[in-house]
Amino acid sequence: MPYLDHAATTPVLPEAVAAMTTALGELGNPSSLHGAGRRARRRVEEAREQLAAAVGARPSEVIFTSGGTEADNLALKGIYWARRSADPRRRRILASSVEHHAVLDTVDWLCAHEGAEVCWLPVDATGRVDPGSLAAALARDPDSVALVSVMWANNEVGTVQPVAELAALARRYGVPLHTDAVQAVGALEVDFAASGADALTLTGHKLGGPCGAGALLLRRDAACVPLLHGGGQERDVRSGTLDVPGIVGLATAAEVTTGRRAEQSPRIAALRDQLVAGVLAAAPGTVVNGHPTDRLPGIAHLGFPGCEGDSLLMLLDARGVECSTGSACSAGVAQPSHVLLAMGASPAMARGSLRFSLGHTSTTQDVQAAVAAIGPAVERAQRAGTGAVGPA
Amino acid sequence: MRLIAAMSGGVDSAVAAARAADAGHEVTGIHLALSAAPQTLRHGARGCCTIEDAHDARRAADVIGIPFYVWDLAERFRAEVIEDFVSEYAAGRTPNPCLRCNEKIKFAAVLDRAVALGFDGVVTGHHARVVDGRLHRSVDAAKDQSYVLAVLTAEQLGRAVFPLGDSTKRQVRAEAADRGLAVADKPDSHDICFIADGDTRGFLAGRLGARPGPIVDAESGATLGTHDGAYTYTVGQRRGLDLRVPAADGRPRYVLSVLPRTNTVVVGPGQLLEVRTVDADRAVWTGCPPPAAASSCSVQLRAHGMVSPAVVVASGDRVTASLDVPQRGVAAGQAIVLYDGDAVLGSATITRAA
Repeated sequence: MPYLDHAATTPVLPEAVAAMTTALGELGNPSSLHGAGRRARRRVEEAREQLAAAVGARPSEVIFTSGGTEADNLALKGIYWARRSADPRRRRILASSVEHHAVLDTVDWLCAHEGAEVCWLPVDATGRVDPGSLAAALARDPDSVALVSVMWANNEVGTVQPVAELAALARRYGVPLHTDAVQAVGALEVDFAASGADALTLTGHKLGGPCGAGALLLRRDAACVPLLHGGGQERDVRSGTLDVPGIVGLATAAEVTTGRRAEQSPRIAALRDQLVAGVLAAAPGTVVNGHPTDRLPGIAHLGFPGCEGDSLLMLLDARGVECSTGSACSAGVAQPSHVLLAMGASPAMARGSLRFSLGHTSTTQDVQAAVAAIGPAVERAQRAGTGAVGPA
Repeated sequence: MRLIAAMSGGVDSAVAAARAADAGHEVTGIHLALSAAPQTLRHGARGCCTIEDAHDARRAADVIGIPFYVWDLAERFRAEVIEDFVSEYAAGRTPNPCLRCNEKIKFAAVLDRAVALGFDGVVTGHHARVVDGRLHRSVDAAKDQSYVLAVLTAEQLGRAVFPLGDSTKRQVRAEAADRGLAVADKPDSHDICFIADGDTRGFLAGRLGARPGPIVDAESGATLGTHDGAYTYTVGQRRGLDLRVPAADGRPRYVLSVLPRTNTVVVGPGQLLEVRTVDADRAVWTGCPPPAAASSCSVQLRAHGMVSPAVVVASGDRVTASLDVPQRGVAAGQAIVLYDGDAVLGSATITRAA
């Protein structure tokens, strides 16, 4: 079955399954003081070191969370609250206009309920933030900025942001920068220390680990108000009994995936390029979205003029080819992607796109199956047109 | 056949999809998102259009074992059904939005898209039958929906599949329970799906604004009161007139007609509501060729309304029906549906009744 939706979630690595299975059979709350507790604690701390080593962080910078959404919420709300309480003038959030909804909606919530003001940083036609626009937004009134948030790589079109350059700009004004690196870890070289970021979001299920386990990497000097109060786990920033199997699975997957990155990423990128070339041959007129080179190796985001992405997805699904329209859903209804709109696409073009995303289990056969299915699907979807659904 | 099953999240469409799949068809379930801003949870007696209803439809598709997608038809629905509803009321007529939705959305926008995508037809949970290409009433007279389907053309009917027409609602619910469908005892939907609180008058007032005008007595011509908008009145309506002057004979008064040009609501005694002649246009003939001469049949003048024997004359896309028995509360904008026994002969939109 050609599964081409690895950016949604990717198969769990056998190594992670094995490590988690062992951990599930073991008793112990890592906060307990007795032998069982100490053994569980040891598992967690080893995992913390393993994960930190995989992403260029110090173990004490790892805060385990329930996943990427929680880590984004914690970083944005926690850092905003801490910075504002230190200086009430700090209410501005500078964030890219192509963030994941876990960031977008959290920022909107802070604006609606916590007195924040947002400056959405524009992107160019390839989806990249211009460092100049961040520099200008910072320089306008540096004392009013609470934090900057720019993702490492975009989850829809795959464009990689110049995070280190942006972090250096923010640092010049003493403003912390958060980056959502959910799609980047495992696919690109992500070194937290070298990036200069103050906080970084990652999650297990995008890199071969389990769902429900993620982490916020948070510099020790970055103040952050907790969202969850209770037992004081994770530096008192994230209370809650630690999920030992989930944490072990996350760390194992991070180690294995980053360890194989040097061979896997070029292999996946070559398959992706083969897919793009095949689709362009089968359906001339297809548009390739995102940055031509600074792009996640596994992502091919393609626009099909005159088609509804929904129609294409359904037709490919019926042929067993699984992909995504790449945009957020509510009740399964695709809204035009805010990412493509920010890149300057028309709403019709934004609705007529598909995201194919490849990962560690992808093969040439998957690509061939998708290429074989796409031509007839595009033909049919063009016949169905865009008029039956949505604005004409 | 490859079929699209339109699944509202209710029991009827779930069982219809299940029966179509059992019959060996390759069925794909879809839920129509008809609101651009759907409510999260269901309120009152409405049975579709919320995210909870989409969830119910999805769970039914899971249980049946068919693929399921949501199709966003909010913009088409707004343009074809909601705007038509508002402008019809503004013009002094009484539209039937369910009928319009069948005509323009389920068996037009959805069907066209389905056919273009390689499907052969659309399955719905309507209580009606298609026999030899002719639309027939359901065996469950109380649940029969042939009236709101009678606007469909022969071509549309040819691609419609109604698996429930030979069953009663009770049988459908029992079968849903047997199949393990959680919607087996979900209440029937009524009211208008896009008016969340059921307040049609408030909805129209919000869209059309206050337009005060006179309420006039049909017999004396005297002004009996004022209204805030003629569009909120329907022929045959008795309640909500709020007249200060009692009728001379002490009998209740009804809305006899709504005159949009002068923004006047005409009221009078019940017997003046009785009509014998109904004029209609936009005729569609699916059960017989357009009758060349005056012919006898039965007519139904509103959903769940009485059936009356009549003599019908057709001319072009116009129809005139002379009713054997006078009927009350016949409103322009509603459909006149012509039956031969249980078979639908055709339908048209009422323009005038006298």
